[in-house]
Amino acid sequence: MNKLNMFRLTVPALSRNEAFCRSTAIAFAAQADPTIEEIADIKTIMSEAVTNCIVHAYKDEPLLKNRVIYITGVQLEDNTFKFTVKDKGCGISDIKQAMQPLFTTDAENERSGMGLPIMQAFSDKLKITSSPGKGTTVTFVKRIGGRNEK
Amino acid sequence: MNKDNTFIYALGGEIDHHCAVKIRHELDGMILEERPQVLIFDFSNVRFMDSSGIGLVLGRYRLMATLGGKVIVNGSSKEIARIFKMSGVDKIVEIN
Repeated sequence: MNKLNMFRLTVPALSRNEAFCRSTAIAFAAQADPTIEEIADIKTIMSEAVTNCIVHAYKDEPLLKNRVIYITGVQLEDNTFKFTVKDKGCGISDIKQAMQPLFTTDAENERSGMGLPIMQAFSDKLKITSSPGKGTTVTFVKRIGGRNEK
Repeated sequence: MNKDNTFIYALGGEIDHHCAVKIRHELDGMILEERPQVLIFDFSNVRFMDSSGIGLVLGRYRLMATLGGKVIVNGSSKEIARIFKMSGVDKIVEIN
């Protein structure tokens, strides 16, 4: 399927960029006239994905210049939006375990363990690829206007 | 805090990991100082919340429980209530 549009965004993994990244994602998706719920879904998934890079992926990386989040968004002809959020952080050793609701490696900082399950529930498709020590890429797909056709 | 020993904490804007850290520190200081019986989170002016909000409410629920108090969430939008329900927080905290 042809790509209608795309963007790339590279930001340092700072918590103040969580709002910036999710706002960028919905500004991009706004071209397809999403519903309030679709906006909330994309915003939430992007927020969770970026927070994971900051809280988990780069938790042991002291140098800010090495803590970088790479985001891409693609709009396809059928108003499907595909986003990727990539980091070069510590990686996830057991993705299946990480996907379990309420599983968290950071209860101390009140991480609820609901980030990945929420991302899965709110997206039409979610894919996580990860290599311990090398990094993680989260890809999620959201179709805009899909539910009107059902 | 009113005379019923109820503390209403009004949140606004967007609740994410960035601001949850600050809210949590501010709020815990107040809870430990004022010792309210009931802590009410007012979400009426919250436009967005991700899973950081779950940790925020759950953490205060735990703190309030150790002090013999309880937590109530008011004014949550459909989108916010959905996130609380997914986590099961609504089973231990009243979500309105």
